[in-house]
Amino acid sequence: MLSSRALRQVVFAIVTLFGVAVVSFVLLRVVPGDPIAMMIAPGASAEDIARLRAAYGLDKGLVAQFVIWLGHALTGDFGTSISMRQNVVHLIAGRLPATIELTLTALAVGLALGIGAAVASTLGTRRLIGSTVDNANGILLAVPDFVWALAFVLLFGVAWPILPISGRVDPRLAIDFTTSFLLIESLLRLRLDIARDVLAHMIMPAMALALPLAAVILRVLKGALESEALRDYALLARIRGASRLRVTLRETLRNAMIPTLALTGVQFTFMFGGTVIVERIFAYPGIGNLAIDAVINRDLPLVQGLILTFGLIFILINLAVEASFALLNPRLRHG
Amino acid sequence: MNSTRRDILKLAGTGIVLASFLKGTAASAADADTVTIAYNVNLPAWDPTVGPSAVNPTIQAIYRSVFDQYVGQKPDLSFEPGLLTGWGWNDDKTKVWMEVREDVSWHDGSPFTAEDVVWSLERAGDPATGNPIQFVWSTIGNFTIDGNRIEADVKSYEPTLFKWMAFLTGYVMPKAYFEKVGAEGFERAPIGTGPYKVDEFQSNGFLRLKANEAYWGGKPAFDTVIFKFVPDASSRVAEIESGGSDVTLEIPYEEYDRLTKAGGFSGTAEPISDIGMIFINDVEPLLDKNVRLAAHHAINKQAIIDRLLSGYGVPIDTLEAPEYLAYDPSITVAYDPDMAIKLLADSGFSPDNPVKVTIQTTRGFKPKDYEMIQAIVGMWRKVGIEAEIEVYEIAKHYELRANDQLAPFAFYNWGNAIGDPTTSTGFAMFGPSPHSVWDTDDLDAQIGPLWNEKDEDKRIAGWKAVSRTIADNGYVIPLLQYVQPIVFRDGLSVVPNGSGALQATLVAPAKA
Repeated sequence: MLSSRALRQVVFAIVTLFGVAVVSFVLLRVVPGDPIAMMIAPGASAEDIARLRAAYGLDKGLVAQFVIWLGHALTGDFGTSISMRQNVVHLIAGRLPATIELTLTALAVGLALGIGAAVASTLGTRRLIGSTVDNANGILLAVPDFVWALAFVLLFGVAWPILPISGRVDPRLAIDFTTSFLLIESLLRLRLDIARDVLAHMIMPAMALALPLAAVILRVLKGALESEALRDYALLARIRGASRLRVTLRETLRNAMIPTLALTGVQFTFMFGGTVIVERIFAYPGIGNLAIDAVINRDLPLVQGLILTFGLIFILINLAVEASFALLNPRLRHG
Repeated sequence: MNSTRRDILKLAGTGIVLASFLKGTAASAADADTVTIAYNVNLPAWDPTVGPSAVNPTIQAIYRSVFDQYVGQKPDLSFEPGLLTGWGWNDDKTKVWMEVREDVSWHDGSPFTAEDVVWSLERAGDPATGNPIQFVWSTIGNFTIDGNRIEADVKSYEPTLFKWMAFLTGYVMPKAYFEKVGAEGFERAPIGTGPYKVDEFQSNGFLRLKANEAYWGGKPAFDTVIFKFVPDASSRVAEIESGGSDVTLEIPYEEYDRLTKAGGFSGTAEPISDIGMIFINDVEPLLDKNVRLAAHHAINKQAIIDRLLSGYGVPIDTLEAPEYLAYDPSITVAYDPDMAIKLLADSGFSPDNPVKVTIQTTRGFKPKDYEMIQAIVGMWRKVGIEAEIEVYEIAKHYELRANDQLAPFAFYNWGNAIGDPTTSTGFAMFGPSPHSVWDTDDLDAQIGPLWNEKDEDKRIAGWKAVSRTIADNGYVIPLLQYVQPIVFRDGLSVVPNGSGALQATLVAPAKA
């Protein structure tokens, strides 16, 4: 049962990715902006332009281009970046770890803040706590991640300069790691100087990404907790003498987390989208920053590779969310 | 209550641990042997002779820090010996000769030779390598080497050949090393003969350079130079204001004024070889000379510079900036709205019966580009030109221009670091060029013979005459020469470069 369900999901993922590939391939070639026009030298002749177009395979028809691209993609070759002149897979693989570490940190911060605030607000007996949390949440919901990013740069980068503004690590540090997962590898190697520096560079972008997520989690979880608290099993536990804290943490939180988790999954995919602007503001070398350069330069192979990467990430997140439902709710494990 | 107090103490403890963990991580660039530059563009690729990066003027500052050009160029745009110590044509300009600098080493310690120069020139001229300036490099061939002297046949005379040797793609590459590691290997570990060696490079992150102790031009001023790639202008301002970087450039003029007046920072704001202009397409209603000239006379360029660019800019009336070889100060197109009204009236237009056109512009690609066009549209409205603004991305502009499909008016900027008229007026206005927009036989006939003119005085005089024809007929609207703002912390000195390339060697400790 489980294996057929897993198989169905894998097939669905492949079909989805193929659809993303087709749509993005066509759109990229239909939207304005010719990569060859951007690299024509002042005195280039029509022959020079035609030669360049042929060199990048852009002289063929759309279908022929797609068939060639797909043939190579199936062997793991997603082409060479026009602007960076490197293998697209290598480029993305080199940047993806930075974005994964950033978004996972932001997710952890967002969950901690959102769940913590929701539980505190639910348990708070004073009306002041509830209204303060609600008002603060309204602000958090209204302010987008890039505005937080700019505000943090101003506050903690300039006015009270305690955190670095740009990059992922201090350029003066000598790092000879084998992977691009700088935070994880520095912790595993006990290189706390590097871990500290990577974390310091990550705090502001991670917070900028985390605050909108925390706001959504807070709103949904708080409502779910209040709703669960009125259900029979929660009331029974209270009648038996369990404290509100105990009932919330041991009984209602688990059930309230199911809708919250579904929403967190969706919001987490949005967060990956949010990295594009946030990484740009903090000059953070992840795939979001890479995507902006790729689009500006009309680097079609790289943009195509990045769109597929984002698509794959979205699919994996959704699969992970579904799997976590099953963990939280035993009924879902059996279909 | 007890548990709450314990929680607060735990929280405070965690905060203290976290604070001490992060203590001292705010990046400070202050270090006597290191200079950190918050740079405005990322470096996409290392080979300075192929691909789109090779023709991106902004990246040349980084290339020039690591590689040497055949011919050097001073900040005032004059030429000086580079890896070639001498160069020239024979009398009838059928051959070229080059003297190669001796006692130069590549960053891997291997000797630089005349073979490197010949290999680089042959590679650049080979269409298969994808050098965007191949059309220049392929004009010479059949190289012979005699010691440190190279000679070659001239296949077709290109008067700007040696100027291009100090310009885009004019870099000498390491023959033996490149053949050994290949193109991808070179991207991973590039070497040159330049003043700095690549120590660490993280694309979209930073570039760390170490001084080339054996540099033929003398040891550089700093042991370490760091380029941080910070494409967002406000983040660059924050970088230097927070002390995270020592030098930055291309920030809003208002921020330049604020920082340089606040204390702790110095700055330079000098004109560079980059101009703002409005292309005119040879389509209706701009086939009418009166409309074209009226559009030019109606623009108060100085007012735009003063009010939108905080006074940073130089008004121009031809595509030749004052530092360029074929600049002629006698060619002017005055701001004269009355003349504009009269010209339009002669063609039957007035503020009540305006001529209607479209003007295309970028928004945020150059400082206040959209705002400038808004101001111009306002000035035009007063004389009888009603323009609709269409905003496009720069990539769209390139595509439309290459296909000759731009709107009647289209704003653009044009760089010309070697200051030759062929690379400004020539390519922008000669019909067969893929970059030209105005395309008429009269102008093409005037420009055509100048491409291969061997008499230099006659060539320059010819280009000045072309500029006059363009101004008299209103074939383009030159607007202004840009000023490049550079801010740096006290204790440093920066030499502004007329080409706009802020290479590492132009930054040094300030003299006491």
